Amino acid sequence: MLGEAWAAMGSNRLRTALTMLGMVIGVGSVVLMMAIGQGARYAVAQTISTMGSNLYMLISGSTNAGGLRSGGGGGPSLTVADAEAIAELAGVSRVAPLHYGRQQLVHGSSNWNATIVGTTPAYLDARAWTVTSGYPFSDSDVRSATRVALIGQTTADNLFGADDPIGKSIRIQQSPFLVIGVLGRKGQNLDGRDQDDTVVIPLTTAQRKVFGTPFPGSVRTVMVQADSAEAMPAVEQRIIALLRQRHRLREGQDNDFYLRNLTAAADSAAETTRVMSLLLGAIASVSLLVGGIGIMNIMLVSVTERTREIGIRMAIGARQRDILSQFLLEALMISVAGCLIGLLLGIAGALLVNAITNMVIVISGGSVLVAFGVAAGIGVFFGLYPARRAAALDPIEALRHQ
Amino acid sequence: MPPPLIRVASLGKSYDTAAGPFPALRGVDLSIECGEFVAIMGHSGSGKSTFMNLLGCLDTPSSGDYFLLGRNIAGLGQDELAALRNRAIGFVFQGFNLLQRMTLADNVALPLVYAGVEREQRRQRARQELARVGLADYAASLPSRISGGQQQRVAIARALVNSPQLILADEPTGNLDSHTSEDIMRLFTRLNADGITIVVVTHEADIAAYARRQVRFLDGLIVSDIATPAGAASAC
Ligand SMILES: Nc1ncnc2c1ncn2[C@@H]1O[C@H](COP(=O)(O)OP(=O)(O)OP(=O)(O)O)[C@@H](O)[C@H]1O
Ligand SMILES: [Mg+2]
Repeated sequence: MLGEAWAAMGSNRLRTALTMLGMVIGVGSVVLMMAIGQGARYAVAQTISTMGSNLYMLISGSTNAGGLRSGGGGGPSLTVADAEAIAELAGVSRVAPLHYGRQQLVHGSSNWNATIVGTTPAYLDARAWTVTSGYPFSDSDVRSATRVALIGQTTADNLFGADDPIGKSIRIQQSPFLVIGVLGRKGQNLDGRDQDDTVVIPLTTAQRKVFGTPFPGSVRTVMVQADSAEAMPAVEQRIIALLRQRHRLREGQDNDFYLRNLTAAADSAAETTRVMSLLLGAIASVSLLVGGIGIMNIMLVSVTERTREIGIRMAIGARQRDILSQFLLEALMISVAGCLIGLLLGIAGALLVNAITNMVIVISGGSVLVAFGVAAGIGVFFGLYPARRAAALDPIEALRHQ
Repeated sequence: MPPPLIRVASLGKSYDTAAGPFPALRGVDLSIECGEFVAIMGHSGSGKSTFMNLLGCLDTPSSGDYFLLGRNIAGLGQDELAALRNRAIGFVFQGFNLLQRMTLADNVALPLVYAGVEREQRRQRARQELARVGLADYAASLPSRISGGQQQRVAIARALVNSPQLILADEPTGNLDSHTSEDIMRLFTRLNADGITIVVVTHEADIAAYARRQVRFLDGLIVSDIATPAGAASAC
């Protein structure tokens, strides 16, 4: 049976090849799109996992002294004392005030521009950021405003090249800092910024030596980590209530701070890529459908062309199911062969995309299996109608056919 | 006494045409015993092919009964009819009806595929039958490479491959010259001598003369049924 189907396909090679091409393109694009879609989801998931879990970012607005908005010129509304008060709230596990901005770094004759983050040790814990060599700074470093620095991988590479940065000195705003540790690699964040192009220093040192602030004790941002994802909505309410009370905001007055749920933002980014990859898959599926219709079309032509052959086969004893399975098998062979080639081309295409654009691609056994199953399903689905038509032919009518 | 191989009673067949039902057979009664060699004759349009298609289980009668080996065909389903076409009957057509893509051996072996016979055994049987019709050397050839007479022998080999009791041939010599026709009829005579029942449709008297019984159709009815000098049926 298989040999016969093969021979039938071989009897009109060009037509078989063109029919197969429809499946090749269909399966190829599904595999490629799934590889890109899953790659994007994987990349986002990776990025989210580097962010830390259950995080809020609290950003200060302007002070609201005497009920008058002081506008952009006012000092930050949040204070270190606010941060300490938030840390006491139920459901809050870590609080880290932050001060950050880009600054020029100097080491010997090397120059580099990186993001400086002034914070407390809780920041690294909240973000699950490890120190891969050297050691982190401590709360006492923050209290005494020591000039120590932890540097990210990108900063280390650009400033020190192959040298070991530990124990070396870098200058930020004329102040020398001792590099005491190198941070583990995080890669890009959701906005596409390199998280490893960073120098983390004690909050107090940053305020006094790097950024300078006319409002001692105030901070621009505070990172807050909740105990669990379930606790997040309640913690959000508690933070807002606490800060409104501490800032003496009256009812009807706007908050003088913004609370951003980073986890929710990450979830929505993940959802966006999920929808995007579904969309890509759906678009590619259309070409698979078109390929399937191509198979149906050719099988119908084939049944018409071979009506006499069908009559002969019936006359010598073929049952309806023999004819049915013969044509079904041919459709299946075209679709499965097309699927195999499409699979290879799709994977090759995905690798090419990866090589050219550096886009993350993921080719999972699951997606390959799905493509294969769908192709086989299409072979059966679109092959069934022509095959049934063939099987339902009347032997006498079929034999009379020229 | 065993039942006759073929018995038809008041067999009728109407075709639906634009001008209403057209009765191609109008009540045919006939019995053919095992081992007979029957020629069916008659004018064009007298219903010979219609009759043969009914005997071959390719078509179903509109009225009357057809008993093959004592079994009424009327109650049989599609698959059972296919099984009869496959095992009990070998059909030989005027136009040979070989599958052009396949080798002669594969053509001959095709009924065995539907009988569920193993590949190796199929090959052996096909070669055996090709040898029986004198074409052993052509097993690997394609139908388009051989003459019409040879193609008809291959078709006969295909009809024989499942060892049927009955060969039905509708104008098997209609596309052949007289010399080749005689070859084919001698082949049928030999097969009949081996005990196979043969029914041949023909227009030509000298072809019909090979048979031992001549049945004549006219307008869907049998008008004469005579034994010829060729003699009595062979044992089977
Ligand atoms: N499928 C059909 N539909 C309508 N009429 C048909 C059909 N097949 C046969 N007929 C008619 O039935 C009659 C008998 O046809 P049949 O083919 O049996 O004749 P025949 O004796 O075999 O003739 P020939 O010697 O030309 O082969 C003819 O008048 C033919 O026109
Ligand atoms: Mg006829």
